[in-house]
Amino acid sequence: MLVLEDVHTHYGKIEALHGVSVEVKKGEIVSLIGANGAGKTTLLMTVCGNPQATSGRVILQGRDITRDMTSNIMRSGIAIVPEGRRVFSGLTVEENLHMGGFFNTKSEIRKSQEHVYELFPRLKEREHQRAGTMSGGEQQMLAIGRALMSRPNMIILDEPSLGLAPLVIKQIFEIIGKLREEGITVFLVEQNAHQALNLADRGYVLETGRIRLHDTGKNLLANPDVQNAYLGG
Amino acid sequence: MAAHNLKHALFCAIVTLIISYPILGFNLASEGIDVTLEGAKTSTVLGVLLAALIVFLFQLYRDNIMGSLRQLPAVNPLANRKPMEQSKRLKLESTLLTLMIIGALIWPFIASRGAVDLATLVLIYIMLALGLNVVVGLAGLLDLGYVAFYAVGAYSFALLSQYFGISFWFALPIGALLAALFGLVLGFPVLRLRGDYLAIVTLGFGEIIRILLNNMTSLTGGPNGIGGIPDPTLFGMEFGRRVKEEGNTSFHETFGIAYSGEHKVIFLYLIALVLAVITAIAIRRLMRMPVGRAWEALREDEIAAKSLGLSRTAVKLSAFTIGAFFAGFAGTVFASKQGFISPESFVFLESAIILAIVVLGGMGSQMGVILAAIAVTILPELAREFSEYRMAIFGAAMVLMMVWRPQGLMPMRRIHIELKRQE
Repeated sequence: MLVLEDVHTHYGKIEALHGVSVEVKKGEIVSLIGANGAGKTTLLMTVCGNPQATSGRVILQGRDITRDMTSNIMRSGIAIVPEGRRVFSGLTVEENLHMGGFFNTKSEIRKSQEHVYELFPRLKEREHQRAGTMSGGEQQMLAIGRALMSRPNMIILDEPSLGLAPLVIKQIFEIIGKLREEGITVFLVEQNAHQALNLADRGYVLETGRIRLHDTGKNLLANPDVQNAYLGG
Repeated sequence: MAAHNLKHALFCAIVTLIISYPILGFNLASEGIDVTLEGAKTSTVLGVLLAALIVFLFQLYRDNIMGSLRQLPAVNPLANRKPMEQSKRLKLESTLLTLMIIGALIWPFIASRGAVDLATLVLIYIMLALGLNVVVGLAGLLDLGYVAFYAVGAYSFALLSQYFGISFWFALPIGALLAALFGLVLGFPVLRLRGDYLAIVTLGFGEIIRILLNNMTSLTGGPNGIGGIPDPTLFGMEFGRRVKEEGNTSFHETFGIAYSGEHKVIFLYLIALVLAVITAIAIRRLMRMPVGRAWEALREDEIAAKSLGLSRTAVKLSAFTIGAFFAGFAGTVFASKQGFISPESFVFLESAIILAIVVLGGMGSQMGVILAAIAVTILPELAREFSEYRMAIFGAAMVLMMVWRPQGLMPMRRIHIELKRQE
């Protein structure tokens, strides 16, 4: 589905990713964990083409997208839930969702909207409320719902648990599990390593711009190094 | 009274003196060819001193005064009202709108010539403000050089008629399209800019256009402007006393009525009215179309909008282009109304006034912008007696408005459609 081959990314002269290779196979949940500043978000942004990789290749569904424009990448069956939710706070829930399906036909939008409301009944209740007036958890649901509106084959989540209450985090992870059942490939970037690895088929550990470890989720959870560094011993 | 309050009050009184005495306390009088400076009348000086005293006392006892004011029962009867239901509000709005349009249609036949002329100006400002509303209110791009597109519209008509004898009706779309083209051209360099930086560049663009018009003397006549811009015709009928162009007939002869200068004024007013209504409807449609939502999404959160596959380039350029298009419309009508244009009409103050209209009306709200355009254009005319203090009153009104109603006269409300439940 998504393959990164020896990707280097620079911010100006500073290299943030020093040759990262990651593969996400169809139907998998893959988690990427790492400390602050390890380059997790940079890696995602490189997939989206903003900034573009300086060397290496990014391949999405068999197509090389390394040099594609962000707007084109985001229209080719991939959707991202950006870090910090970034819902359109002045727009209503419904309008936010419609923005997600911007390039789809009206009937497709209606169908995906129904589907999103099934996944998140809470959003249905808040349909006409301004997104900015909702709680953090609801906004996160909206951000995920908005990403789903374009009917992506693959969804990238950047720290979906950021700043949320434990109970809400649990809900969000349940939803992510559901997405897999629907056949959507999930690439999850998290600091909340325990839950992210628990859910994941495979996991990568990113450290200062390099992939340090790569294994199945279960094995990583049991790995003493990972336990020490990310799971609080 | 605490010493702190006394100090503060003294300071405020001194500031009042510093600001008002030099402005009000001196007069320039001309004696023959010399201009001399003299002190103002004693009454004015006393007035300034009194004002300073009032400021001093108010600041000294401010806590007490504000405290007792707060204890008064709510003066504003609207403060606690519930927001109107959407269906009711929409109905009210459409009734009001119909009434306004009917009123606007009857207006030229009951009002004086001057009033109709002023109303035409109001309509021009409505067009301008609606256009700028797209750029500033919806897309959130602060444009301080909007008047440039207005100038492009006006000058393209003036030049086309002067050099090629093109009539109003042909110049109208050409002027609007040319303005749109300029919007597109300006759009490219400012794509990466936001906020303050965007404001500065657009401000510069506005000045560039004005200075170009001022200095390309051979083409535009420079500061002398261009005169003799023809009036619009009605199916080849002219509104002048005598027919200027061969092959045309005159309006009053065709209909066998006595010539009156008012016909032309009314006709221009009606054209402006139709164009303003077209502008309002077109932008209203655009707002509800995906492109309108894309503007708002980009304003709300650029990164999120990009993450959904929107192209920042396309969205920003479309906002600039469409905004400029309607400014070109307004410019053509303006040139035709005035019959004479010069760079003087397209100074920065115009941009500021149009922007003030949008802000006063409530960013993004069409009704609000229309009301604000009416208020901002008519109030200075009504306040002609205080013409010296017009800008001061205008400024004070802006400040008060921003203190009491920062969201504008009629802030934008989201219109939503209830989906039918499937059962």
